Parts: sequence; structure tokens; C-alpha cells
Amino acid sequence: MGSGKVTAAIVGPGNIGTDLLAKLRRSSVIDVGYMVGVMESDGLRRAREYGVSASAEGVDWLLRQDPLPHIVFEATSAAAHLVNAPRYAEAGIQAIDLTPAHLGPMVAPPVNGTAHLRSPNVSMITCGGQATIPIVHAVARVTGVPYAEIVASVASRGAGPGTRANIDEFTQTTARAVEEIGGARRGKAIIILNPVEPPMIMRDTVFCAIAPEADRAMITGSIHEMVAEVQQYVPGYTLRAEPQFDDPRPDWDGNGRVAVFLEVRGNGDYLPPWAGNLDIMTAAAARVGELMAAEALRARTTGTRA
Amino acid sequence: MSRPEFRHDLRITDTTLRDGSHAMAHRFTEAQVRATVRALDRSGIEVIEVAHGDGVGGSSFNYGFSAIDEMTLIAAARQEAVRARIAVLLVPGIGTAEDLRRACDAGADVVRVATHCTEADVAPQHFGVARELGMETVGFLMMAHRTSPQELAKQARIMIDAGCQCVYVTDSAGALLMDEARARFEALVAEAGEEAWVGYHGHQNLGLGVANSVLAYECGVRSIDGSLCALGAGAGNSPTEVLAAVFDRLGVDTGLEVTALVDAAEEVVRPYLTRWPKMDRNAIVQGWAGVYSSFLLHAERAAERYGVPAHRILRRCGELGFVGGQEDMIIDVAIQLAAERG
Repeated sequence: MGSGKVTAAIVGPGNIGTDLLAKLRRSSVIDVGYMVGVMESDGLRRAREYGVSASAEGVDWLLRQDPLPHIVFEATSAAAHLVNAPRYAEAGIQAIDLTPAHLGPMVAPPVNGTAHLRSPNVSMITCGGQATIPIVHAVARVTGVPYAEIVASVASRGAGPGTRANIDEFTQTTARAVEEIGGARRGKAIIILNPVEPPMIMRDTVFCAIAPEADRAMITGSIHEMVAEVQQYVPGYTLRAEPQFDDPRPDWDGNGRVAVFLEVRGNGDYLPPWAGNLDIMTAAAARVGELMAAEALRARTTGTRA
Repeated sequence: MSRPEFRHDLRITDTTLRDGSHAMAHRFTEAQVRATVRALDRSGIEVIEVAHGDGVGGSSFNYGFSAIDEMTLIAAARQEAVRARIAVLLVPGIGTAEDLRRACDAGADVVRVATHCTEADVAPQHFGVARELGMETVGFLMMAHRTSPQELAKQARIMIDAGCQCVYVTDSAGALLMDEARARFEALVAEAGEEAWVGYHGHQNLGLGVANSVLAYECGVRSIDGSLCALGAGAGNSPTEVLAAVFDRLGVDTGLEVTALVDAAEEVVRPYLTRWPKMDRNAIVQGWAGVYSSFLLHAERAAERYGVPAHRILRRCGELGFVGGQEDMIIDVAIQLAAERG
């Protein structure tokens, strides 16, 4: 690797894959060598314009290439990834899964981005998960969170047929990640699609139950730090207002509540800025990819196997 | 899929124990549910909806926590109902197929799957599960004022093709004027043909719930919702007891006993009302500005917390085009309004 970069492939040349390519072209550690689809498309044509080897012959083609990619970004569908994942693993290619297949450990970059750098497969959870789990974690790292609930509001035009056909997958996977990655004892997730025109910018609300005596200043500080961390890869990730604290209520099991109101404006690399839900997925995946690539480069220089 | 046989000219579904959950801040007790179901069942109501106001799985920070687990309330309703079927609401994105299975286990016979009026394609997953479970299926196209009659009919088609046996013009904001309502009833009746029934769910924010119900029947709608004492979100629903009286006067057979329903409203529901839904300033603004009726209590609470008038919060919600389920945005709007005021 004369370039000192790790070679990656993007499988799935749709909106997500194309936006991901735009982001990774700026990377100092990843070189996207391959873009793969199953039929000729604008996405493949665009990739070729950028000098990327692109093929409509699917993963069969990809696995015949020399060199093989070190990392593959899966931007197809859960069903396709279920078929492809074992083939990547067999070829020794690390997979970053942007589909809802969730075969590997779930990763949210500022929470556990460095925990699975040598894992053969990582799952990027869901868009709502990427937007909210860092905040749940920001609260849970300073005080106990018996229950956390997230509400993701997404522009209708930004919710594709896959999400729509299995919307339960979104709510259930996100709720699980709110618990397992966010650190809440119990999690709930809600998604709302809004067709208003012009399309609404992605909005997310995080509600965390907290003990009456929880340190509000410390929680607020932790949330601000976390927002700054997410802004490193999603510059348009902002608080709409300061975290809002509500006093304990009997119908909240005697707990108080902190509510965090977020706006996720996309970077407009390929997807429009309102599609913050898609942008935060591609940005988070690119981030994880860069961490994996840096780890692989480190392993090369030190001579250990990645 | 075919539509079920209806025994009368018109089927009234009572939603006191579901839409009324909003007005009760989701604090229904088991005793209230049992007494209400008994009274409705005796009055000849064929379908009684029981659930959190935002449907199964709705108990949350965002919408309010149920005082009593809704599955307990559904099971209690099932025990009390001799003739009536028990329905639940399911809003995909809030509730899940898993919640539906639990509701079915608890005794629900009918599911009403609700989506925003342009988003019907999130519902087929849940219609599929409902049919597997052998449940009767109803589709709710909410905030029906927010799209054209033609588009609403296309969305109805998505639901019917997914196994929905009765598709509703759901006027969640109580915003539909009579011509607008008529155009939507006609479009859906034409689209559904013999495949599915068409329903109407009204709110009284502009006082048109009952009038639109009469219009609906004239247009071929055969399933209409009401709530005792209008108990529902915003200014409440078309009162079931008024619908029964009006259709009786019109000579339309609903199978309902008017006196029993009037008694049920007065003697069973009225004593437990914490608020009698009415057309006050906030509720009228909801109908006028086209705001989801369930936002009412949340806006009132945010108004108190942030010191800005609820009707201004609601107007802003209308301007921003929020849809059902975006209750979190009410707090955001209240904070912004408070900041603008300085």
C-alpha cells in the first residue's frame, strides 16, 4: 500500500452508498477501491467518474478482485447482507453493516467505536440509534438511567421502502441498543414519519428517567461534551435547547426526567441536508471504518495481524 | 380478504376507552373500564375500543404513562363484554406486532392500524400479523385533512391490499369542513367498492363531528366512531349517545338503544370525567389550524411549565405541520416561544 491507506469496497450503490463514497473520498486512511451493485445504475456510473472500479456483477465480482478490500461497507438490504456476510468473513474482509441485519456487535462511534475494531462484522444499528444513543450514554455515564425513551422524527422522503416494510425492526433494534449501548436499564424507541414540504430536518428527542437527587449540572456538562464529539463527524448535530429537567412525578415512579432536543442536519455530501437520518448513518459508518483502517495500518507497521 | 358482514345499516364503534384515554391523561382505572364496557355492551354497541390513547405500546414519556397496564384493561373489557367485540389501536412506529400479539392474547378481537394519511405503507406488516392472528382489521388514515381525496384513496388502496377490511377517514384534528369531508368519503367509498367498508372518525373541535357523521352515512360510509360524553382528544369525539339519537331520528338502524346510551353517558362516564371535552379556545384553534387533537393536554402542560399560552403553542404546531405522535415537538415549540418572548 504505497498510499498508506486501507482499501475498502462499498456494496450497494444507492443513495446511502453514494453518500458514503463522497464522505470516504476525504479520508486519509481509507481508499474506496470498489463499488458494487447488481445492475447498472447512476451510482455505479458516478463511482467510475471518481476513478473507482465499479461493477454490476455483485459480490462474486468483488471477491475475484486482487487485492481484496480490507473493509466492506454493506449498504444493500438486510436480506442481501445475510447472504453476503459469511462470504466476506471467509475472505477475511471486515464488514461494516448499514442494513438492519444486525449480525455483528452494535456500534455507536462516540460510545463504543473502538471496542470492535478487529471484529469481522459490526452493525451500525439504526439512524435513530446513531442520533440518540450517544446522548443516552452521556446521561448514563454520570447517573443511573432506569428508563430511556427516544423519539425520531424523519422526513417521509428520507424513509425508504425497507424501513417502511418493517418499521418494527427500527423500534425494536433501537430500543435494544438504547439499553445495551446507551446504558439504560430499559429502553423504548418511537419513529414518526412526517411528509411536510419542504422536508423537515431530522429531529430526535431523548428522554431519560433520572433519580430525584441526580446532579443536573453534571448531566448537562456530559451531554454538551457528547454533542461536541458527535459534531466531529456530523457537524450539523445540534441541541435545539439546553437539556430540560423535570422534577420527580409519581406517575414517573418517583423519578425526575431530563429531555434533550436534537436536530440532525446532514452534511449535504450527496444526500440533501434535511436527510440527517441518512447522513448520520453514513457519517457514523465512515467514522467506524476510519477507526478500523487506522487499527489495520497500526497492525501493519507493528507487524501484528489485524 | 373480504369485508365482514354488518348486522345493521350502520355500525357505531365506541372509542371512549381509547380516544378518551387522552382526555383522561391515560389514567383509566380497571373499575371505570369495566363499568363503561358493561354499559356499552348492554346498549348494543358492537365494537368497543380499549387501549392507551396512542395505541398499544403508547405508554411512554412522550404520550403519558398508563396508570393501569392496557393489557389488564383489555382483559377486563373482554370479560365484561357479552356481545361486543373488543378493539385496540396500533400506530406503527409507536406500537409493534409484539404489542398486537399481547393484545390479542388479552382478548382483543379487532385491530385498528393507524398511520398518517400519506404513510399507509408502514401498515402492511401489522395487517399481516393481525390476519395471522385471526383478528378483524380496520385502517385509520389519520389527519385526513392533510392530503387530497384522491391521494387519500390511493393510501386506502394500500391498506385494503394489505388486508384491511374497513378503511377510515380519520379527522384527527377535527378540521374537515363538510365539503372536504364529503369529497374524502366519496373518494374512499369509490375506491373500496365491495372489498372493504369505509369508516369515519370525527372530533368536535369545530363542532362538525356529528354533522359529518350524517354526511358520511349519506355518502355510503358504514362504520362511524363515537365516544360517550364526547370523551376524546381535543374537544372530544362525536358523542356516541348523540350519534345514536340522530341516526334513530333519521330512521337508520344502528342496533343501539338510545336511552341506554344516554344513561350510560350520564350515569357511568360523567361521574369519572376529570374534564368534559369542550370547544374552548385551545380546542377550536386545533380544528382551525389543523392540529392533532391529542396535542391538547400536552400543550396545556407545556404552557404552564414555560409560561406561554397553549393556543399559541398549538398554532405554531399547525404552522410547522407536525403530525400525530410528535408530542415531543410541543415542548420544543414552547421553549422557542418562551425564548422569542425574551
